[in-house]
Amino acid sequence: MGLLNRLDDPYEGGGILMGTVEDLLNWGRSKSDYYLHFGLACCAIEFMAMNASHFDFMRFGTIPRTSPRQADFIMITGTVTFKMADRIKILYEQMAEPKYVISVGSCSNCGGPYFEHGYHVLKGVDRIIPVDVYIPGCPPRPEAFHEGMIQLQKKINEQSIFNKRKKLKAELKKNNLISK
Amino acid sequence: MLPNEIYNNLKTEFGDAIIEYNDAQPTDPFILISTGMLFDICHTLRDNEEFLFDYLMSLSGMDLGENVGVVYHLYSMKYKHKLVLKVVAPKTDPKVPSVEMIWRSADWHEREAYDLMGVIFEGHHNMIRILCPYDWEGFPLRKDYKVPEIYRGMKVS
Repeated sequence: MGLLNRLDDPYEGGGILMGTVEDLLNWGRSKSDYYLHFGLACCAIEFMAMNASHFDFMRFGTIPRTSPRQADFIMITGTVTFKMADRIKILYEQMAEPKYVISVGSCSNCGGPYFEHGYHVLKGVDRIIPVDVYIPGCPPRPEAFHEGMIQLQKKINEQSIFNKRKKLKAELKKNNLISK
Repeated sequence: MLPNEIYNNLKTEFGDAIIEYNDAQPTDPFILISTGMLFDICHTLRDNEEFLFDYLMSLSGMDLGENVGVVYHLYSMKYKHKLVLKVVAPKTDPKVPSVEMIWRSADWHEREAYDLMGVIFEGHHNMIRILCPYDWEGFPLRKDYKVPEIYRGMKVS
Protein backbone atom coordinates (compact mmCIF):
# COMPACT_ATOMS: atom_id res chain seq x y z
CA MET A 1 0.00 0.00 0.00
CA GLY A 2 1.46 3.29 -1.14
CA LEU A 3 0.47 5.18 2.00
CA LEU A 4 2.78 3.15 4.22
CA ASN A 5 5.82 3.43 1.99
CA ARG A 6 6.01 7.19 1.79
CA LEU A 7 9.14 8.76 3.21
CA ASP A 8 7.98 12.40 3.32
CA ASP A 9 5.44 11.60 6.10
CA PRO A 10 2.52 13.87 5.03
CA TYR A 11 0.54 13.02 8.17
CA GLU A 12 3.28 14.25 10.50
CA GLY A 13 3.50 11.10 12.53
CA GLY A 14 -0.19 11.22 13.46
CA GLY A 15 -1.33 8.28 11.39
CA ILE A 16 -4.93 9.46 11.35
CA LEU A 17 -7.11 9.24 8.28
CA MET A 18 -10.57 10.75 8.06
CA GLY A 19 -13.25 8.86 6.23
CA THR A 20 -16.44 6.89 6.56
CA VAL A 21 -16.80 3.29 7.68
CA GLU A 22 -18.68 2.63 4.47
CA ASP A 23 -15.71 3.72 2.37
CA LEU A 24 -13.42 1.51 4.39
CA LEU A 25 -15.68 -1.52 4.03
CA ASN A 26 -16.19 -0.92 0.32
CA TRP A 27 -12.45 -0.46 -0.13
CA GLY A 28 -11.91 -3.84 1.46
CA ARG A 29 -14.67 -5.49 -0.53
CA SER A 30 -13.60 -4.14 -3.89
CA LYS A 31 -9.94 -5.04 -3.41
CA SER A 32 -10.44 -8.65 -2.33
CA ASP A 33 -12.95 -10.11 -4.75
CA TYR A 34 -13.10 -13.88 -4.91
CA TYR A 35 -14.52 -15.13 -8.16
CA LEU A 36 -16.12 -18.24 -9.53
CA HIS A 37 -14.86 -18.75 -13.05
CA PHE A 38 -17.45 -20.25 -15.36
CA GLY A 39 -15.42 -20.96 -18.50
CA LEU A 40 -17.53 -22.11 -21.44
CA ALA A 41 -15.69 -21.37 -24.68
CA CYS A 42 -12.77 -19.49 -26.25
CA CYS A 43 -13.18 -16.50 -23.91
CA ALA A 44 -12.01 -18.82 -21.15
CA ILE A 45 -8.85 -19.47 -23.16
CA GLU A 46 -8.29 -15.72 -23.29
CA PHE A 47 -8.87 -15.66 -19.58
CA MET A 48 -5.87 -17.99 -19.14
CA ALA A 49 -3.66 -15.30 -20.64
CA MET A 50 -5.35 -12.86 -18.28
CA ASN A 51 -4.43 -15.02 -15.29
CA ALA A 52 -0.80 -15.51 -16.35
CA SER A 53 1.98 -13.26 -15.16
CA HIS A 54 2.02 -10.81 -18.06
CA PHE A 55 -1.46 -9.40 -17.38
CA ASP A 56 -1.77 -10.70 -13.83
CA PHE A 57 -5.45 -10.72 -12.92
CA MET A 58 -4.56 -11.20 -9.25
CA ARG A 59 -3.31 -7.62 -9.06
CA PHE A 60 -6.95 -6.70 -8.45
CA GLY A 61 -7.00 -8.91 -5.39
CA THR A 62 -9.04 -11.56 -7.13
CA ILE A 63 -8.60 -15.17 -6.17
CA PRO A 64 -10.26 -18.01 -8.08
CA ARG A 65 -12.61 -20.17 -6.02
CA THR A 66 -14.01 -23.52 -7.01
CA SER A 67 -17.17 -23.17 -4.95
CA PRO A 68 -19.96 -20.63 -5.49
CA ARG A 69 -20.41 -20.34 -1.71
CA GLN A 70 -17.02 -18.65 -1.38
CA ALA A 71 -17.31 -16.40 -4.42
CA ASP A 72 -18.14 -12.70 -4.59
CA PHE A 73 -18.65 -12.58 -8.31
CA ILE A 74 -19.07 -15.01 -11.16
CA MET A 75 -17.43 -14.63 -14.56
CA ILE A 76 -19.44 -16.07 -17.42
CA THR A 77 -16.86 -16.52 -20.17
CA GLY A 78 -18.23 -18.01 -23.36
CA THR A 79 -21.25 -19.37 -25.17
CA VAL A 80 -24.18 -20.09 -22.86
CA THR A 81 -26.15 -23.01 -24.28
CA PHE A 82 -29.60 -23.90 -22.98
CA LYS A 83 -28.17 -27.02 -21.43
CA MET A 84 -25.71 -24.90 -19.44
CA ALA A 85 -28.20 -22.11 -18.62
CA ASP A 86 -29.88 -24.17 -15.91
CA ARG A 87 -26.53 -24.88 -14.27
CA ILE A 88 -25.56 -21.20 -14.31
CA LYS A 89 -28.83 -20.31 -12.64
CA ILE A 90 -28.22 -22.88 -9.89
CA LEU A 91 -24.65 -21.68 -9.31
CA TYR A 92 -25.75 -18.05 -9.18
CA GLU A 93 -28.43 -18.86 -6.64
CA GLN A 94 -25.89 -20.71 -4.49
CA MET A 95 -23.65 -17.65 -4.19
CA ALA A 96 -23.83 -15.59 -1.02
CA GLU A 97 -24.95 -11.94 -1.10
CA PRO A 98 -23.60 -9.52 -2.12
CA LYS A 99 -22.93 -11.08 -5.48
CA TYR A 100 -21.94 -9.70 -8.86
CA VAL A 101 -21.83 -11.01 -12.41
CA ILE A 102 -19.37 -10.22 -15.17
CA SER A 103 -20.41 -11.31 -18.64
CA VAL A 104 -17.42 -11.77 -20.94
CA GLY A 105 -17.54 -11.79 -24.73
CA SER A 106 -20.17 -11.38 -27.41
CA CYS A 107 -21.74 -14.81 -26.87
CA SER A 108 -22.67 -14.32 -23.24
CA ASN A 109 -23.54 -10.65 -23.79
CA CYS A 110 -26.06 -11.17 -26.56
CA GLY A 111 -25.59 -14.52 -28.30
CA GLY A 112 -22.82 -13.30 -30.61
CA PRO A 113 -22.49 -15.23 -33.87
CA TYR A 114 -25.33 -17.55 -32.79
CA PHE A 115 -27.81 -14.71 -32.49
CA GLU A 116 -29.84 -15.48 -35.58
CA HIS A 117 -29.56 -19.21 -36.27
CA GLY A 118 -28.38 -20.74 -33.00
CA TYR A 119 -31.24 -22.94 -31.85
CA HIS A 120 -29.18 -24.09 -28.86
CA VAL A 121 -27.72 -20.81 -27.56
CA LEU A 122 -29.22 -18.49 -24.96
CA LYS A 123 -29.19 -15.00 -26.46
CA GLY A 124 -27.41 -13.29 -23.60
CA VAL A 125 -26.83 -14.51 -20.07
CA ASP A 126 -28.74 -11.45 -18.77
CA ARG A 127 -31.93 -13.30 -19.71
CA ILE A 128 -31.48 -15.57 -16.71
CA ILE A 129 -29.26 -13.70 -14.20
CA PRO A 130 -28.64 -9.95 -13.62
CA VAL A 131 -25.33 -8.81 -15.12
CA ASP A 132 -23.26 -6.01 -13.56
CA VAL A 133 -20.46 -5.58 -16.10
CA TYR A 134 -20.39 -6.52 -19.77
CA ILE A 135 -16.99 -6.98 -21.41
CA PRO A 136 -17.31 -6.78 -25.20
CA GLY A 137 -15.10 -8.60 -27.68
CA CYS A 138 -14.84 -11.90 -29.49
CA PRO A 139 -12.86 -12.81 -27.44
CA PRO A 140 -11.93 -9.64 -25.48
CA ARG A 141 -8.31 -8.56 -25.16
CA PRO A 142 -6.81 -8.85 -21.66
CA GLU A 143 -6.88 -5.05 -21.49
CA ALA A 144 -10.65 -5.27 -21.83
CA PHE A 145 -10.71 -7.66 -18.87
CA HIS A 146 -8.72 -5.05 -16.91
CA GLU A 147 -11.25 -2.39 -17.78
CA GLY A 148 -14.15 -4.64 -16.83
CA MET A 149 -12.59 -5.42 -13.46
CA ILE A 150 -11.96 -1.72 -12.82
CA GLN A 151 -15.59 -1.00 -13.62
CA LEU A 152 -16.75 -3.66 -11.18
CA GLN A 153 -14.51 -2.24 -8.44
CA LYS A 154 -15.91 1.20 -9.14
CA LYS A 155 -19.42 -0.17 -8.85
CA ILE A 156 -18.65 -1.85 -5.52
CA ASN A 157 -16.98 1.32 -4.20
CA GLU A 158 -20.04 3.41 -4.97
CA GLN A 159 -22.44 1.05 -3.25
CA SER A 160 -23.99 2.10 0.03
CA ILE A 161 -24.06 -0.30 2.95
CA PHE A 162 -25.89 1.70 5.65
CA ASN A 163 -29.14 3.68 5.38
CA LYS A 164 -29.88 2.39 1.91
CA ARG A 165 -33.54 3.39 1.98
CA LYS A 166 -32.78 6.91 3.18
CA LYS A 167 -30.23 7.44 0.45
CA LEU A 168 -32.49 5.98 -2.21
CA LYS A 169 -35.29 8.31 -1.11
CA ALA A 170 -33.00 11.35 -1.29
CA GLU A 171 -31.84 10.27 -4.72
CA LEU A 172 -35.39 9.87 -5.99
CA LYS A 173 -36.40 13.20 -4.51
CA LYS A 174 -33.50 14.92 -6.21
CA ASN A 175 -34.62 13.58 -9.57
CA ASN A 176 -38.28 14.53 -8.91
CA LEU A 177 -39.43 10.91 -9.08
CA ILE A 178 -41.33 11.11 -5.75
CA SER A 179 -43.06 14.09 -4.13
CA LYS A 180 -42.21 13.74 -0.43
CA MET B 1 -7.49 -53.71 -51.83
CA LEU B 2 -9.39 -51.22 -53.97
CA PRO B 3 -13.05 -50.34 -53.36
CA ASN B 4 -14.27 -51.99 -56.57
CA GLU B 5 -12.49 -55.25 -55.65
CA ILE B 6 -14.10 -55.12 -52.22
CA TYR B 7 -17.42 -54.48 -53.93
CA ASN B 8 -17.03 -57.55 -56.16
CA ASN B 9 -16.09 -59.75 -53.20
CA LEU B 10 -19.06 -58.50 -51.17
CA LYS B 11 -21.39 -58.92 -54.14
CA THR B 12 -20.53 -62.59 -54.50
CA GLU B 13 -21.04 -63.16 -50.79
CA PHE B 14 -24.16 -61.06 -50.04
CA GLY B 15 -25.85 -60.67 -53.44
CA ASP B 16 -28.87 -58.38 -53.39
CA ALA B 17 -27.97 -56.75 -50.06
CA ILE B 18 -25.25 -54.82 -51.92
CA ILE B 19 -27.28 -52.31 -53.91
CA GLU B 20 -24.86 -50.10 -55.75
CA TYR B 21 -21.23 -49.23 -56.37
CA ASN B 22 -20.63 -45.57 -57.16
CA ASP B 23 -17.26 -44.13 -58.17
CA ALA B 24 -18.46 -40.83 -59.60
CA GLN B 25 -16.00 -38.00 -59.09
CA PRO B 26 -15.16 -35.95 -57.05
CA THR B 27 -16.17 -37.94 -53.95
CA ASP B 28 -14.58 -41.15 -52.75
CA PRO B 29 -16.13 -44.29 -54.26
CA PHE B 30 -18.82 -45.70 -51.99
CA ILE B 31 -20.94 -48.82 -51.68
CA LEU B 32 -24.64 -48.48 -51.00
CA ILE B 33 -26.01 -51.37 -48.98
CA SER B 34 -29.41 -52.30 -47.60
CA THR B 35 -30.15 -51.79 -43.91
CA GLY B 36 -31.24 -55.39 -43.36
CA MET B 37 -27.81 -56.95 -43.84
CA LEU B 38 -25.73 -54.04 -42.51
CA PHE B 39 -24.60 -55.79 -39.33
CA ASP B 40 -23.47 -58.96 -41.12
CA ILE B 41 -21.67 -57.03 -43.83
CA CYS B 42 -19.82 -54.91 -41.28
CA HIS B 43 -18.93 -58.01 -39.30
CA THR B 44 -17.47 -59.62 -42.41
CA LEU B 45 -15.57 -56.45 -43.27
CA ARG B 46 -13.96 -56.39 -39.86
CA ASP B 47 -13.16 -60.08 -39.38
CA ASN B 48 -12.55 -61.47 -42.86
CA GLU B 49 -8.81 -61.96 -43.48
CA GLU B 50 -9.08 -60.19 -46.84
CA PHE B 51 -10.53 -56.94 -45.46
CA LEU B 52 -9.65 -56.49 -41.76
CA PHE B 53 -11.34 -53.10 -41.38
CA ASP B 54 -10.52 -52.71 -37.71
CA TYR B 55 -11.08 -48.96 -37.48
CA LEU B 56 -14.29 -46.96 -37.93
CA MET B 57 -12.99 -43.51 -38.77
CA SER B 58 -16.31 -41.73 -38.70
CA LEU B 59 -20.02 -42.35 -38.70
CA SER B 60 -22.22 -39.53 -39.92
CA GLY B 61 -25.87 -38.86 -40.59
CA MET B 62 -27.33 -37.23 -43.70
CA ASP B 63 -30.64 -35.58 -44.51
CA LEU B 64 -31.71 -36.63 -48.00
CA GLY B 65 -35.16 -35.05 -48.04
CA GLU B 66 -37.50 -38.03 -47.90
CA ASN B 67 -34.86 -40.24 -46.35
CA VAL B 68 -32.08 -40.13 -43.83
CA GLY B 69 -28.72 -41.73 -44.59
CA VAL B 70 -25.77 -42.95 -42.58
CA VAL B 71 -22.19 -42.95 -43.89
CA TYR B 72 -19.45 -45.19 -42.52
CA HIS B 73 -15.77 -44.48 -43.21
CA LEU B 74 -13.67 -47.56 -42.57
CA TYR B 75 -9.92 -48.05 -42.43
CA SER B 76 -7.69 -51.08 -42.10
CA MET B 77 -4.61 -50.63 -39.96
CA LYS B 78 -2.96 -53.73 -41.48
CA TYR B 79 -3.66 -53.29 -45.21
CA LYS B 80 -3.98 -49.48 -45.09
CA HIS B 81 -7.05 -49.45 -47.33
CA LYS B 82 -10.21 -47.41 -46.91
CA LEU B 83 -13.87 -47.94 -47.67
CA VAL B 84 -17.01 -45.82 -47.60
CA LEU B 85 -20.36 -47.48 -46.87
CA LYS B 86 -23.77 -45.84 -47.09
CA VAL B 87 -27.22 -46.90 -45.97
CA VAL B 88 -30.55 -45.14 -46.47
CA ALA B 89 -33.73 -45.33 -44.37
CA PRO B 90 -37.05 -43.50 -44.80
CA LYS B 91 -37.77 -40.59 -42.43
CA THR B 92 -41.08 -42.14 -41.42
CA ASP B 93 -39.25 -45.19 -40.02
CA PRO B 94 -35.56 -44.21 -39.63
CA LYS B 95 -34.26 -47.48 -38.23
CA VAL B 96 -30.73 -48.68 -38.96
CA PRO B 97 -28.96 -51.60 -37.24
CA SER B 98 -26.30 -50.55 -34.76
CA VAL B 99 -22.64 -51.41 -35.36
CA GLU B 100 -21.65 -50.49 -31.83
CA MET B 101 -20.97 -54.17 -31.06
CA ILE B 102 -18.46 -54.29 -33.92
CA TRP B 103 -16.59 -51.01 -33.45
CA ARG B 104 -16.76 -49.45 -29.99
CA SER B 105 -16.15 -45.98 -31.44
CA ALA B 106 -19.62 -46.19 -33.02
CA ASP B 107 -21.19 -45.84 -29.56
CA TRP B 108 -21.05 -42.05 -29.24
CA HIS B 109 -21.15 -41.49 -33.02
CA GLU B 110 -24.50 -43.24 -33.21
CA ARG B 111 -25.83 -41.33 -30.26
CA GLU B 112 -24.82 -38.09 -31.98
CA ALA B 113 -26.48 -39.12 -35.25
CA TYR B 114 -29.60 -39.94 -33.26
CA ASP B 115 -29.48 -36.67 -31.34
CA LEU B 116 -29.10 -34.35 -34.31
CA MET B 117 -30.54 -36.31 -37.24
CA GLY B 118 -33.03 -38.68 -35.61
CA VAL B 119 -31.64 -41.96 -36.94
CA ILE B 120 -32.65 -44.74 -34.57
CA PHE B 121 -29.93 -47.39 -34.24
CA GLU B 122 -31.47 -50.71 -33.30
CA GLY B 123 -29.40 -52.79 -30.90
CA HIS B 124 -27.51 -49.88 -29.39
CA HIS B 125 -27.24 -50.40 -25.62
CA ASN B 126 -27.84 -46.75 -24.65
CA MET B 127 -29.77 -44.89 -27.37
CA ILE B 128 -30.18 -41.49 -25.67
CA ARG B 129 -29.25 -37.94 -26.62
CA ILE B 130 -25.61 -36.95 -26.25
CA LEU B 131 -25.37 -33.18 -26.99
CA CYS B 132 -28.82 -31.67 -26.58
CA PRO B 133 -30.61 -31.79 -23.23
CA TYR B 134 -32.53 -35.02 -22.63
CA ASP B 135 -35.91 -33.27 -22.82
CA TRP B 136 -35.16 -31.53 -26.12
CA GLU B 137 -37.82 -31.97 -28.80
CA GLY B 138 -37.03 -32.68 -32.44
CA PHE B 139 -33.78 -33.29 -34.28
CA PRO B 140 -32.02 -29.96 -34.91
CA LEU B 141 -29.90 -30.74 -38.00
CA ARG B 142 -32.80 -32.02 -40.09
CA LYS B 143 -33.69 -29.64 -42.89
CA ASP B 144 -37.35 -29.50 -41.86
CA TYR B 145 -36.54 -28.72 -38.22
CA LYS B 146 -38.62 -25.96 -36.62
CA VAL B 147 -36.82 -24.01 -33.89
CA PRO B 148 -39.00 -23.95 -30.74
CA GLU B 149 -40.21 -20.63 -29.34
CA ILE B 150 -39.42 -21.38 -25.72
CA TYR B 151 -37.28 -23.91 -23.92
CA ARG B 152 -37.91 -24.31 -20.14
CA GLY B 153 -39.18 -20.76 -19.83
CA MET B 154 -36.25 -19.25 -21.75
CA LYS B 155 -36.94 -17.53 -25.05
CA VAL B 156 -34.99 -19.19 -27.83
CA SER B 157 -34.62 -16.38 -30.36
